Amino acid sequence: MQKAIIEKAKQMLADGSVNRVIGWKKGEFAYDVTPAVFETAEEIDRDFVYDVFTSSNVSKYLVKETKKEGKVLVFLKPCDTYSFNQLVKEHRINRDNVYVVGIECWGKADIEKIKASGISGIKSITNNEGTLTIDTIYGTETIPAYEVMAERCLNCKSKKHVDYDELIGEDGEVIETERFDMVAQLEAMTAEERYNFWREQLSKCIRCNACRNVCPACTCEKCVFDNDDSGIANKAAADSFEEKMFHIIRAFHVAGRCTDCGECSRVCPQNIPLHLLNRKFIKDINELYGEYQAGADTESRAPLNDYTFDDCEASVVHERGVE
Amino acid sequence: MLKISLEKLDDLFALAAQKQTLYIPADRKDGGAEFTKWENGIKLSNALNTVRSAKDFFFPQTENLVDFKMEGKNIEVIDIREESEDFVIFGVRACDAESFKILDSVYLSDPVDSYYKNRRDHATVVTMACNRPSETCFCSAFGIDATAPDGDAACYSDGKNLFIEAFTDKGKAFVDSVTSLLEEGDTAELEAVQAKTKEILSQLPLANLSTDSFGGDKLNELFNSEKWSELSESCLACGTCTFVCPTCQCYDIKDFNTGHGIKRFRCWDSCMYSDFTKMAHGNPRLTQVERFRQRFMHKLVYYPANNNGKFGCVGCGRCLSKCPISMNIVKVMKALEVK
Amino acid sequence: MQVNDNKDFEPVIVAFCCNWCSYAGADLSGTNRLNYPTNVKIIRVPCSCRVNPMFILRAFQRGADGVIICGCHPGDCHYTSGNYFARRRMTLLFSMLDFLGIERDRTRVEWVSAAEGAKFAATMNEFTEAVKKLGPNRRLEDLRCKKQ
Repeated sequence: MQKAIIEKAKQMLADGSVNRVIGWKKGEFAYDVTPAVFETAEEIDRDFVYDVFTSSNVSKYLVKETKKEGKVLVFLKPCDTYSFNQLVKEHRINRDNVYVVGIECWGKADIEKIKASGISGIKSITNNEGTLTIDTIYGTETIPAYEVMAERCLNCKSKKHVDYDELIGEDGEVIETERFDMVAQLEAMTAEERYNFWREQLSKCIRCNACRNVCPACTCEKCVFDNDDSGIANKAAADSFEEKMFHIIRAFHVAGRCTDCGECSRVCPQNIPLHLLNRKFIKDINELYGEYQAGADTESRAPLNDYTFDDCEASVVHERGVE
Repeated sequence: MLKISLEKLDDLFALAAQKQTLYIPADRKDGGAEFTKWENGIKLSNALNTVRSAKDFFFPQTENLVDFKMEGKNIEVIDIREESEDFVIFGVRACDAESFKILDSVYLSDPVDSYYKNRRDHATVVTMACNRPSETCFCSAFGIDATAPDGDAACYSDGKNLFIEAFTDKGKAFVDSVTSLLEEGDTAELEAVQAKTKEILSQLPLANLSTDSFGGDKLNELFNSEKWSELSESCLACGTCTFVCPTCQCYDIKDFNTGHGIKRFRCWDSCMYSDFTKMAHGNPRLTQVERFRQRFMHKLVYYPANNNGKFGCVGCGRCLSKCPISMNIVKVMKALEVK
Repeated sequence: MQVNDNKDFEPVIVAFCCNWCSYAGADLSGTNRLNYPTNVKIIRVPCSCRVNPMFILRAFQRGADGVIICGCHPGDCHYTSGNYFARRRMTLLFSMLDFLGIERDRTRVEWVSAAEGAKFAATMNEFTEAVKKLGPNRRLEDLRCKKQ
């Protein structure tokens, strides 16, 4: 797979159809991959990597990159194509300036899960058909890749590429998942239990803004939380109210636009399950206004930009779930 | 050296906590360790380090500085400072212990930050030597010995016993407060364990990270390096690196209007943010390239220039494991290194 | 649900009323000499869809114990469709607040026309009573804004 991707990138750079390539760059260790823009074949040969750790969603970089001169080649995993499509729909990406190669994905490993299992001092990690062999200073361990797969990949919603100019590997199908199970579990709790659950989770927040800055749906030129005139631009969660405020408003601002790519939870240094907030909105939208998948197309109206005369009243909240 | 069996560690915590509040690194339910107030049932974490650094104890993320109360045309200024209570932080690693010296050099040099000093004066730092360093560790690059941490008192484990040694008066007071549980111990086994840890430290992938290309005298060539734009290209401009960093010390002071008064508070700031050091004309660092550069220049050039060559990084490795895009000080140092 | 024992508790209710229907409805209830509690503080907005979710959260931050949004009946919006959008937004927001464990009776949407002075007064009486039962807002409060 990596070989085919590198070949494609070098070929397109060589024939001049693109002048830049967005992909992933090798790190110091086996897992710390950085999204990067490559401009030469030498850089690609030296640093380009596509493996079980290239999990970051690079579609947001296109907002900046497609404004520059020339055409850029990007490699998108199925879930990344949803974010990409949503950005195209919102006119944030100039589609003419990008050549999309869809690449097959079988799920990405979560290094936090590997480390949480007690593995430390990692020297190298090799993936042999779904088994990770991890060589460390303290000995060698093998783990099946699915055991350390990221939560969002275990609940993968689609192996289908919704937009691409070319494919490497096979295109897949939309998958029936159990991704709303945890949301349903929380809904089944009492209000007090839910309150305690979220208080514990959100109080860990250090307001680093990683969730916001990585989110492909958060592309405002100036975020309301950075705007001194908004009255809510606080750099720190100085009070438990502000933790809630930030996360409620952020989730609300991306409601109906969030494709559930899961980047927010991946990057959270405090492992707050932020995707649950987004999934709650997605689940509500599906149940109340009909099935909707953000990014699946570029024509449909977003649920919050739309209405029907027969929409339910807000009091529906009282009729659902547990008090 | 005095020692206690690791099995009796809970008794030691219980005894120490009788005298003053005790914080130890404990595992959270959903993974990751954090300093937690000890009470019955709280167990010492096996994690190498806490997710957030120990700087929180002295330089908390937010703190109220002063209140203003307004009545008519009168403004009353209310000093809300209170004398801190004595507390013990147990299990601080060598890197974090070193970070306190860096914070001290900023906050305790003239003019002294009384808020910081208040907490610093009332804290006893009990450190813990590392036995199982990780690939992200590079404290040795900054001359820190993970097997011989600093602090008011230090602990060393050989897998069966915990050895304890006091360096300062506060450390002696801590050891005295638990002395009934301690016995004189033979350190032969401990020395063998420490030799082994030293061996591991020398094998770490970042063991040979060199700081030769950095320092206060390298300002121009580093500042003008062409590599910054490439290095910062994928930076998300979030503040994760600065907020998990034990030595990042920048803050902002803000006023919060409560509706019936003003609370002036300070909170951590991050050079990655668009409004960092914002002045009337805006942010002097216009793009992410300059903001990104600021963080590393501060740690590797500006700080050593003002502090006799001491670097502003302790090599704890938190930014290496937490950066969303895995761009970090090690990658920056390797890219800028003059070979 | 927690029930408040404090009989003296007087909640602060913030009512966002649309200029064209509900605000006129409040006026009408006044000219008709109908009673509604003084706990209710009305904020006039051009349309119910002007209400940003942040307004609601900030009302709670700054001391509200209940927030109610009133607008024209669906189909009667002065701007044709504003209240339809507001309906979706508020439904999702209230559902999210409920998901975070905030008492669901602290928030409400009610459609009140300019002719429904009696409905306005009845709604406010009922809502204030419901919030009174819940007691002070604790789960979405900002301690800094509390008066000592």
